[in-house]
Amino acid sequence: MSVVPAEVLPGSALAVDEQPAREAAELGPRARLWPSLVAVYRAQLSRARVARIPLLFVATFQSVGILIMMRGVVDGGREAEAVVAGSAVLVVAFVALNLLAQYFGQLRASGGLDHYATLPVPPAAVVLGAAGAYASFTVPGTLVTAVFGCVLFGLPLTHLWVLAAVIPLAGAALSGLGAAFGLLAPRPELATVLGQLGMSAALLLGVLPPDRMPEPVRLARDLLPSTYGVEAFARTFRASPDWAYVLGDLAVCAGVGVVSLAVATWAYRRAAVR
Amino acid sequence: MCAVRGLTKTYPAVRGRRGIPATPEVRATDDVRLDVRRGEIFGLLGPNGAGKTSLVRQVTGLMRPDVGSVEILGHDIVRHPERAARILAYLGQESTALDELTVSLAAETTGRLRGLDVRQARHERDAVLDELGLTPIAGRPLRKLSGGQRRLACFATALVGERPLLVLDEPTTGMDPVARRAVWSAVDRRRAERGTTVLLVTHNVIEAETVLDRVAVLDKGRVIACDTPAGLKEQVAGEVRVELVWRERAPLDVPEVAALRERAVESGRRWTLRLAPDEARAVVATVTGGAAFAALDDFTLATPSLEDVYLALGGAARQGLVRV
Ligand SMILES: Nc1ncnc2c1ncn2[C@@H]1O[C@H](COP(=O)(O)OP(=O)(O)OP(=O)(O)O)[C@@H](O)[C@H]1O
Ligand SMILES: [Mg+2]
Repeated sequence: MSVVPAEVLPGSALAVDEQPAREAAELGPRARLWPSLVAVYRAQLSRARVARIPLLFVATFQSVGILIMMRGVVDGGREAEAVVAGSAVLVVAFVALNLLAQYFGQLRASGGLDHYATLPVPPAAVVLGAAGAYASFTVPGTLVTAVFGCVLFGLPLTHLWVLAAVIPLAGAALSGLGAAFGLLAPRPELATVLGQLGMSAALLLGVLPPDRMPEPVRLARDLLPSTYGVEAFARTFRASPDWAYVLGDLAVCAGVGVVSLAVATWAYRRAAVR
Repeated sequence: MCAVRGLTKTYPAVRGRRGIPATPEVRATDDVRLDVRRGEIFGLLGPNGAGKTSLVRQVTGLMRPDVGSVEILGHDIVRHPERAARILAYLGQESTALDELTVSLAAETTGRLRGLDVRQARHERDAVLDELGLTPIAGRPLRKLSGGQRRLACFATALVGERPLLVLDEPTTGMDPVARRAVWSAVDRRRAERGTTVLLVTHNVIEAETVLDRVAVLDKGRVIACDTPAGLKEQVAGEVRVELVWRERAPLDVPEVAALRERAVESGRRWTLRLAPDEARAVVATVTGGAAFAALDDFTLATPSLEDVYLALGGAARQGLVRV
């Protein structure tokens, strides 16, 4: 079937090729971090659009449902702020933590990482591109939930722009965690369980007003990265928000984001070469 | 171009847990030595579980061998597995990383991750999709394609961003003849124009005979033979393969048929025999005349294929094989 005999190939060196000592051939180019990150991001976003829209609806309905349910329990003030902020950030937790953990868990189990691992792409580009895409995918759901919550509880819409910082930073922290769960869990079912647990924690600890929690639970709440996104957002509902605290909370999100994404990148490296 | 020496890999035993039975350790690659030459289509042929995928995953730097060395174009892949991605393109057996992308985006993204800039990546994407006849389905997600179309789309991604070595793990699984032809002519074109080398995994004997320059036959992790397909077939050149298909069951009351039984490989109603030419003539005469003929559904007589070589080399473990 092959019509070209090997001997007449360009630069044919069949015999010479067997000599052990010879110059190593030049390597193909490496994909640079930024362009490959953009390429992964675009691909993941289109994937998410195709396959994850129903799940985004689920996430949004879940948060809206919680808002409606809590309407009877809290009647305004600090508690309402916490509930609205918590439900909005919950959408981020659902997609970035839970779905991303599942995605990486399944990708790893099914050998899908081989595709990336045999391309000269920096591990950080794969992890950050996927994390970024999942985080951006939460934007509409988070916005819808926040606006709905504000209207329902009569909170001001003035500072909703702060979501432009809350979503990416909480998104970074949670998606880093999700990716790390997915890549480190020894089995995909375990990755799914970890993602679900993380999401449940964000739900229980983020949405319920902290004042009513017993001390150990409040400690757990402080350990959860989504809490800081919730706090930052909740603070902006006050008449004159204390921006220093908002910035402080966001800085915690950013810090956790950097660490968890670094861990996820390390986990990817480890998972890619078994 | 690619030299493999003493490559050995054992998957560790897994202890059983509740509901999950224990698995013993498996030596998937056993002291493998190979030399793939530049511009060659080199095949790895073997049945399921022979260790073909395990071997190429070590060659591509995806899996670290226990011992042994892999050198591609002068680079030590065991020590620097990350270099493999800059020398070769790999088409794995799985496509899950691309499943939800459109054919076009899968090809473009892969090109970009292979280091092409946007313009180059799009240009090569269009060229490759066109070459493989995928343009009409370029806008559809891989998940929604048929098995053969999906495989062809994955093959396309392996071609975007030129590499001197293509490592293809069963590239044509599930493809129809048209798609297969597209694959082999794309491979041949690259070989003719750029001297591209191909390391190909297959368990398809016909494919191995028609497209490969040389083939290593793998069995239980070991290379049991390595030669051109014609050279391998010479080892069993003195043999003829006779296949008999019985209507219901073999007429064992015919003494000649009963005598044949111990030399036949039985699979259902089919008996496969490897015989010297004059023996084969005698067998055909027996079964096409007399009492046996009434029980015969079909028979074929063929020169040996690589499958016969494989079975012959596999030897002792199987009953009724040709003794070389
Ligand atoms: N991850 C793994 N852990 C343990 N054992 C494995 C693993 N992967 C493969 N094996 C075992 O190693 C052996 C070789 O498997 P491999 O996948 O290399 O075969 P193959 O020749 O590619 O088969 P196929 O034609 O079915 O693709 C088999 O016995 C298989 O059960
Ligand atoms: Mg295989």
